[in-house]
Amino acid sequence: MLKKMWLILITLAFSTSAFAASGKNSIQIKGSDTMVNLGQAWAEKYMEKNPGDFVAITGGGSGTGFSSLISNTCDIAMTSRNIKEKEIALANQKGINPNEIKVALDGLAVVVNSANSVGKLTIDQLAGIFTGRISNWKEVGGKDEKIVILSREVNSGTHVYFKEHVLRKLDPNSKEEFAPSALMLSSSQAIADEVAGNSAAIGYYGMGYISPKQKPVAVAKDEKSEYVTPTIENVINGTYPISRPLFLYTNGVPAGLVKKFVDFILSKEGQDIVLATDFVPINK
Amino acid sequence: MRKFREFIIEKLILICGIASILFVALIFLFLLREGLAVFKIVGPFKFLFGKSWYPISEPPQLGILPLILGSLLVTLGAAIISIPIGVGCAIYIAEVAPVKIKEVLKAGIELLAAIPSVVLGFIGMVTLVPLVKNLFHLPTGLTALSGSIMLAFMAIPTIVSIAEDALYSVPKNYKEGAFALGATHWQTIWRVMLPAASSGIVAAVMLGIGRVIGETMAVMMITGNAAVIPHSILAPVRTLTATIAAEMGEAVVGSEHYFALFAIGIVLFIISFMVNVTADIFLHKRQG
Repeated sequence: MLKKMWLILITLAFSTSAFAASGKNSIQIKGSDTMVNLGQAWAEKYMEKNPGDFVAITGGGSGTGFSSLISNTCDIAMTSRNIKEKEIALANQKGINPNEIKVALDGLAVVVNSANSVGKLTIDQLAGIFTGRISNWKEVGGKDEKIVILSREVNSGTHVYFKEHVLRKLDPNSKEEFAPSALMLSSSQAIADEVAGNSAAIGYYGMGYISPKQKPVAVAKDEKSEYVTPTIENVINGTYPISRPLFLYTNGVPAGLVKKFVDFILSKEGQDIVLATDFVPINK
Repeated sequence: MRKFREFIIEKLILICGIASILFVALIFLFLLREGLAVFKIVGPFKFLFGKSWYPISEPPQLGILPLILGSLLVTLGAAIISIPIGVGCAIYIAEVAPVKIKEVLKAGIELLAAIPSVVLGFIGMVTLVPLVKNLFHLPTGLTALSGSIMLAFMAIPTIVSIAEDALYSVPKNYKEGAFALGATHWQTIWRVMLPAASSGIVAAVMLGIGRVIGETMAVMMITGNAAVIPHSILAPVRTLTATIAAEMGEAVVGSEHYFALFAIGIVLFIISFMVNVTADIFLHKRQG
């Protein structure tokens, strides 16, 4: 009997301390897979500087971030797209007031296997490839091989951004969709791996995921424009055509610990981490 | 006092029994409540037989035919691979193997059942997918066939252990009678044991298939998830389970997409329910 009492006491003690940890001095951040590594780097540096504070980062996709913010299961949503009208309406319904903070820029790289002879494409050609109108590499100057399209799942902000900016070219009336035959992979890393091993594959992801195992394609707005490679300089000077802002969303104007963390991110130190993780800082 | 204790224990067990049924009923009601709302937006016919799945477009296109066919194709492939291997293995363990080998095999099969599906998926991704790609000269190895092979691994333990059990419970005198009539070992297995255990074996197969239909992680990792109507087992497919798993995080609660995912859940529930009922009927036939 005594033993049991002890057990109960110990469990109680543990559960209350766990409860305290999830209370005041911790922040939950959820959202974009593109930003997971960046968020992790921020969190590590921040926790190193502020021992006792705790920042937890989870991926899942920008949509996941928004739905957690709306259902109040995270303090900050990190996202690679703007919030949708529908999501704002739903948030307001639940008494949540999404507040947007721009924290970095990201160039979206289009990558092919390093054995692929195609090294540059126009936005039109990209749209053609990803919608399935162009299905063979020889149509864009490569060898006679069927194109394997790789895309992120629909919960990815990268997927949405690519569809709106490349496939639909920002035309709200456009009905363009990814080809149904596009392979939907669940992470940027999965796309990177498949591109590295498949000579016919083409995929897209945030610049941070480029490694020597893939070949980034130079992209031009149209045939007359210059072909630009996805590098940090080209995103900063605005010549690379597929780049996007990255955001944090908080419930209302940040206060307390959330404000402290956001201030850290926007500080010189936070922006240096942006650069170190292959993204592009906002304040130069 | 002892009677009172008996009474309490009896009631507790009763509550446990009722609770599990209650949970199933509640889950099904919740599924229905959330899922049926989608039919206000698309008709049931258009939902089940629509050919395009673009859930986040405006307006969304919610046709799950490619997903249903994807699930069925992967399951069919897994069944074709796992049934002969599973039943053959069960026959060997129950009838042929010496005691020592039998023990090793049974432990091995249990070990196979203990591998988490995400691990199998990962192994499949790095070993099987490139192999399938090179073997058949495909543009990509992320195909229904890769999924089927991996799922067969998951169905085999279920099939083997239940089928072996069915063979084991065939009365001894059937076998002795067959031997007495001068039948060889193989003739006895083929003509006497298998027919006598057939309902149990069918049940084993159905339960194995039930496991395959509901499997998510491994399938999501190695079938490519392209929502096209599959024309061959060497093409990528998107299954019902993978769709729910991949998209639930994004779906805004209360949106068409959210309801559609629950409706997929209903379809999946009905399919596995039918499979399990079939298995149950065969199991009871054996006992009856």
